[in-house]
Amino acid sequence: MDLQDTPAEAAFRRGLRDWLGKVLPDLPPPPDPLDWPARRAYDTAWQRRLYDAGYAGVHWPREVGGQGATPAEYLIFLEETERAGAPYVGANFVGLLHAGPTIAAEGTAEQRRRWLPGILSGAEVWCQGFSEPGAGSDLAALRTRAVRDGDDYVVSGSKLWTSHAEVADWCELLVRTDPAAPRHRGISWLVLPMDAPGVTVRPLRTLMGTAEFAELFLDEVRVPVANRVGAENDGWRVTMVTLSFERGTAFAGEVVACRRALVELAGLARRNGVWEADPGLRRSLGLLAARFGALWRLVQWNVSEAQGGGVPGPGASVFKLCFSEARQELYDLAAAVLGSGALVLADGEGDDWTAQRLQGLSYTIAAGTSQIQRNIVAQRVLGLPKPGRA
Amino acid sequence: MDFRLTDDQIALQLGLRELLTGRFGPEQLRTAMTDSDKDRLPLWSELADAGLFSLRKPEQQEGGLGLGLAEAVLAFEEVGRALVPGPLVATELATVHASLPLHQAAGLCRNRPAGRGPLLVERLPTLDTLLLADTVTGEVQSVSPARVRARSRRGVDPLTPLWELEGPLPSGDPLPGLDARRLWVEGSLLTAALQVGVASRAVATAVVYAGQREQFGQPIGAFQAVQHLCADMLARTEPARAAVRAAAVCADAGASTAELAVATAGAKLLADQAAVRGARDCLQVHGGMGFTWEADVHLLLKRAWVYEGSFAGAAESTELLAEDLSAAAVGHL
Ligand SMILES: Cc1cc2nc3c(=O)[nH]c(=O)nc-3n(C[C@H](O)[C@H](O)[C@H](O)COP(=O)(O)OP(=O)(O)OC[C@H]3O[C@@H](n4cnc5c(N)ncnc54)[C@H](O)[C@@H]3O)c2cc1C
Repeated sequence: MDLQDTPAEAAFRRGLRDWLGKVLPDLPPPPDPLDWPARRAYDTAWQRRLYDAGYAGVHWPREVGGQGATPAEYLIFLEETERAGAPYVGANFVGLLHAGPTIAAEGTAEQRRRWLPGILSGAEVWCQGFSEPGAGSDLAALRTRAVRDGDDYVVSGSKLWTSHAEVADWCELLVRTDPAAPRHRGISWLVLPMDAPGVTVRPLRTLMGTAEFAELFLDEVRVPVANRVGAENDGWRVTMVTLSFERGTAFAGEVVACRRALVELAGLARRNGVWEADPGLRRSLGLLAARFGALWRLVQWNVSEAQGGGVPGPGASVFKLCFSEARQELYDLAAAVLGSGALVLADGEGDDWTAQRLQGLSYTIAAGTSQIQRNIVAQRVLGLPKPGRA
Repeated sequence: MDFRLTDDQIALQLGLRELLTGRFGPEQLRTAMTDSDKDRLPLWSELADAGLFSLRKPEQQEGGLGLGLAEAVLAFEEVGRALVPGPLVATELATVHASLPLHQAAGLCRNRPAGRGPLLVERLPTLDTLLLADTVTGEVQSVSPARVRARSRRGVDPLTPLWELEGPLPSGDPLPGLDARRLWVEGSLLTAALQVGVASRAVATAVVYAGQREQFGQPIGAFQAVQHLCADMLARTEPARAAVRAAAVCADAGASTAELAVATAGAKLLADQAAVRGARDCLQVHGGMGFTWEADVHLLLKRAWVYEGSFAGAAESTELLAEDLSAAAVGHL
């Protein structure tokens, strides 16, 4: 058990810190969160800077354009960029964390050449078309059909909750290619060009009033067979590869961000007097500090386990479960610190705790609900019997 | 950074687990409970011979293995899981820091705020020494248990006989060079490791029972309500385990007592919750059987309560963590 940087890790950390110290001061101010095109431009510009400095896809293998950093170095990357207050991966989330790694692992040489450079440099933005109106938690119930016609698939159906769809160039799309097969067996993983004829994007308004995700309607959209990643009808396995890339580190940087938010909240509580006046609140903040601290250690644990090529421990779902709940509690505590101030939204200046609190309501839903995480922990980690099988 | 256990650490953990499985299974646990000589310490010399108390002593000293807190927390997780009764932590601290000879046993009590109930010490008459730690002045004294006035109380945990100290404590021999604060923090961390062991046992016990017990024509473990109870038990245990091990590793890497106190406060807080809530959930999974003396589940909960009340408690830990946040906030402005 060792938590100290190796000489190579220390050098990587120093180099990154130096670079961040140089570039962050002249970064333009963050865009209006309601202005999607501006957000895309901001996020992709930041990705381009990372790319030019050699920090794009740090942990991707060198042969696909990454830097071949170790998982521990990737963790340092997340820790340092977050600590320095660098922009979040934002609109590049799906490309960098889902689609890119999947194509790197499962794609052909041609597919890697076609799509990976655009993801790494920020030139192209991706979205994820997995969920459907009738297939959320039960993803394998998806019904969007793809029928082979010569060198194309003809795709019809609809997708739901597709984040960033409005500004995406590509979509990692799950379709049913064999309706007669058992439900997990007839699925394929396609790359859909978002500008193809027959694709309609209809923004959905979230409870914050913003358009964060969209509905996607697919009306006889022609997608080249060459855009299929993995074998036909083997898409469920490819999907599991996609989801596994989220394990352990997908939210790692955000743990550091939460710890920083907690410190800000303590400062706020001191300034407005509740720190002294409300010992219960003070202690709740202390307990939350313990939880975020432990979650960071759990990330380090998971990353270390993955380093040995071993199966990621119980960490992935356990981490997702604990982190999403702790983060929601952070914003509830912020509301307690703000008092009646929690009922008004900020006018653009400073941290908007209330907006964060609203946004935070999605954490126990998106990327697999907390109930689904508990099912996974119980059945796959603890080995409890599957329901309904006497 | 490589947070995985080293081969030596795995060997240490497995060796101890093997010893405890062979020597302190369910049968021995029951025997220890009904032992007429309540204050006798089960397994004491085996544990001493296995190095539990002298793990952290320098190699030149009697029984010394020259290892660190990282190894100690792994070992304490194992004895915690096996429900071996104490005073394990006080004895380890006295062996490592106050040259208590191997095979002897020590207790520890601390000056503390009034109004928090009686001062209790485990197994007082069998102890060879009692350490008095003043975490305000930092001073540590050693007292002969024979000189302490105390009466026996019926403890909640059948394996932890308790003695209530009465009247003013006699002044003992000062132990110069010992820092009561450091002792308190290390004791809290080792106790947290014991709790992680209890919490892991609670998860394992619940999962085994849920897989066997049938109702409505299927194992109760197939019901989602039961599955989610078990999943939450694990979800409390894993972060606590990571926090305990990380605090120990940081201590071995030279963390100051103040830094270690903050890391330990978080670890103890989460480990206490994992053990206490985990044992309760385990009892719930067992239904009526969980409420009986025959099932061992109640022993888990009672031990978790004992450890929750040993060394740093929730109020102390949360205040310390809040103070640390506040200091960071000041630095932040
Ligand atoms: C902000 C946000 C962004 C998203 N982005 C994307 C995206 O980019 N691409 C994409 O494909 N999807 C995306 N999603 C969709 C997300 O993955 C789904 O919302 C999620 O998987 C839940 O599915 P559902 O909404 O259909 O809820 P349902 O599956 O209908 O669940 C409703 C309730 O029932 C519970 N439930 C369902 N099944 C079970 C069960 N077996 N056991 C116990 N409880 C159960 C759930 O926990 C939940 O409480 C996003 C969602 C949000 C909120």
